[in-house]
Amino acid sequence: MNWIIIENNEKINLSQIPEITIERLREDYKELKHRVIGFFGKNENENIRLYVILADDNEGKLYISSVLFRDNEKSYDSLTKDFPAFHNFEREFYEEFGIEPLNHPWLKPLRQNQDKYSFFEMKGEDVHEVAVGPIHAGVIEPGHFRFMCQGEKVYELEIMLGYQHRGVEELLTKSKANNRLAESVCGDTVIGHNTAYSQVIETLCGTSITDKAQIIRRIALELERIAIHIGDMGAIAGDMAYLPGASIFGVTRTLVINTMLEISGSRFGRGLIDIGGVNFDIKEEISDKIIKMLTEVEKTVDKMTKVMLKKPSCLSRMERTGTVTKEQAQAIGAVGMAARSSGVMIDSRIDFKDKFYKLENLRFSALGDVYSRFYLRYLEIKQSVEAVKDLLKILKEHNNEDLKVEIGDLTPNSFAISITEGWRGEIVHCAITDENGKISRYKIKDPSFNNWYMLSLAVRNNGISDFPLCNKSFNLSYCGNDL
Amino acid sequence: MKTAVINLIILLIVPFLMIGVIKKTKAFWAGRKGVSVFQPFYDFIRLMKKEAVYSETTSPVFQIAPVIIFSSIIFAALFVPMSTGEPFINIPFGFIIFSYVLGFGKFFSLISALDTGSSFEGMGASREACFSTIVEPAFFIAMGSVAALTKIDGFDNLKMIMGNSGTYGVLIIALLIITLFIMLLIEGCRVPVDDPATHLELTMIHEVMILDNSGVDLGLITWGAAIKMFLFEALIASLLIPAGLPSLISIPLFLGIIFILAVVVGTVESTMARFRMTHVFEFIFTMSITALLVLTLVTYGIYGN
Repeated sequence: MNWIIIENNEKINLSQIPEITIERLREDYKELKHRVIGFFGKNENENIRLYVILADDNEGKLYISSVLFRDNEKSYDSLTKDFPAFHNFEREFYEEFGIEPLNHPWLKPLRQNQDKYSFFEMKGEDVHEVAVGPIHAGVIEPGHFRFMCQGEKVYELEIMLGYQHRGVEELLTKSKANNRLAESVCGDTVIGHNTAYSQVIETLCGTSITDKAQIIRRIALELERIAIHIGDMGAIAGDMAYLPGASIFGVTRTLVINTMLEISGSRFGRGLIDIGGVNFDIKEEISDKIIKMLTEVEKTVDKMTKVMLKKPSCLSRMERTGTVTKEQAQAIGAVGMAARSSGVMIDSRIDFKDKFYKLENLRFSALGDVYSRFYLRYLEIKQSVEAVKDLLKILKEHNNEDLKVEIGDLTPNSFAISITEGWRGEIVHCAITDENGKISRYKIKDPSFNNWYMLSLAVRNNGISDFPLCNKSFNLSYCGNDL
Repeated sequence: MKTAVINLIILLIVPFLMIGVIKKTKAFWAGRKGVSVFQPFYDFIRLMKKEAVYSETTSPVFQIAPVIIFSSIIFAALFVPMSTGEPFINIPFGFIIFSYVLGFGKFFSLISALDTGSSFEGMGASREACFSTIVEPAFFIAMGSVAALTKIDGFDNLKMIMGNSGTYGVLIIALLIITLFIMLLIEGCRVPVDDPATHLELTMIHEVMILDNSGVDLGLITWGAAIKMFLFEALIASLLIPAGLPSLISIPLFLGIIFILAVVVGTVESTMARFRMTHVFEFIFTMSITALLVLTLVTYGIYGN
């Protein structure tokens, strides 16, 4: 057996993980055609063990294996040159452990040593470079963008991130329960990251939490999706200087996050989720309020979207701007909402058969442009509104259950993985414990990690003045990538 | 003399209010209360109290440019018909001086933007220069046609179209208003050509060229920009105010038109998205077409019968 096959939220003993060679990995990856969702190293005495996790989206299974690099092995033949989806994973592995992927087409820094890197250059009489950031004009996170342009047309955009590297993964190994830190992995995906973190720790402890807590977590997750999607639609309108869109969506988003405030005491749901369950109940009267609010929100979003999609000036900005084809998205391993807008239908809520959801893949014409990403957000808002209404119904059947259960100790020498579909896409959290039952390695993969390169592809051959619009249509996280 | 003093006061003060009214209109459409209409004036006072900061890479050109830009706009304003339909200085073909003096100011704003060495400002300058090249001929065609039509070569001829040019005069005025309104949107850097409210350097045109200016310099530039926009509103107003009105009527009428135009600009900004950059050129060419239509109509009026 080259691979051990497990489900989402399953724990295995470290000794169960098979060991393969890089060449075997290369052949298996080619043969299995599964998606890489984890590729990270861990120190093992003198050696370094590389864990590889592949996701089979059709069956909802996870394939796990490992590659051992002995003390004297400092390089291997890169996988990226055959499978571009590995590009960031290999950069990360190289940066953290110094094992060089030979013939990697573009081995540049991911999070550290940005200043030692000389950027990609284009030569020619008409070519000019525009460098933006890392400090930007708006109140946004730091990230450096370097455009190679001819006149107004962008040939290539190089993105350099890592200015927010905080060492989150290492901090998470320091304590058993640190939900407040997990919430801060990425400020706009509080519920998503916290759910993934809690699940992975609960799995490692062998605790199963009550259905009630599960449902409340999912309601919060969908509310987060609704709120951020509405906010993004407003931001897209704002970037096109379409004032009514920016104001109406902005106001509507507030309704959603204020409801979150009523549930949890925080507009972004901070403090709602803890390991073992949730801290706040959704009672009958709040449930009614949520339904009323969602009905109103859906109506407003419907109306405003229809107005915008009828405006020639809005359509002309969005259509055929920032296109990423399905082939490109698949090749680079894009995930989540952005991938779906290009026609790559992966949604971990559906693929990994979450029993609390009754969702189906959305049907729409996925063109991969800004318009598709705008329209998909609208569809996903409607889908989530229905999902929340459903979840509230099943919540009533679990009224008598506890919000929180006691959790035990972490099982020693184990590996656990949890995937949660945040609003941006799949959030993968993995944890490995040592022989004393302490977390010895924690790994996070935010969807932004996969998707930043999509933005580079999107702006190729577009006007440089359309970059902000493209960027906003992805709305990727800097700190989610930088960790 | 008395009206000239009133006109001068209007020229210097009303632009602030005009910008304030535009902002208020946008706030109204967005369902917000919005800032006071005097806010642009307060902002100007605040900037005037501040010291200008100069980047080490700039040369003296960058430091003198704001004064040149501002004074060129004021100088150009002297040739524009004000509330009574008379310019401060009425000389033959004032519109040519008007246009070139503004062009002189624009030249300095372009080289001061290039002087900073910033890649954004260079892009802004190239966009601005590109737009101006298309705008200028259209403006000359329109104004030349008016001169031919009214047989008056001064800039006070605008008020003579109404009532003096037969049945098609209304049509000519309508086309001229469209021409000048588009020019107002371009020169005033408003949506759908430019977005004055954006913070995104890559999409800006006018705003990006003044990113490095600060304090007094920035104050002068924003005041100048407001006056420049006001001048195009004044041109539209003088088309609509017939000749021979007593100043007691024409001044309130003038201010009323300025107010309405500000509301219209605010409404345009609130109801449409900004054009894609390549699309803006098509929009500017619309202005050339309306100007050519004016020329056609005038030619028909003179030689057709």
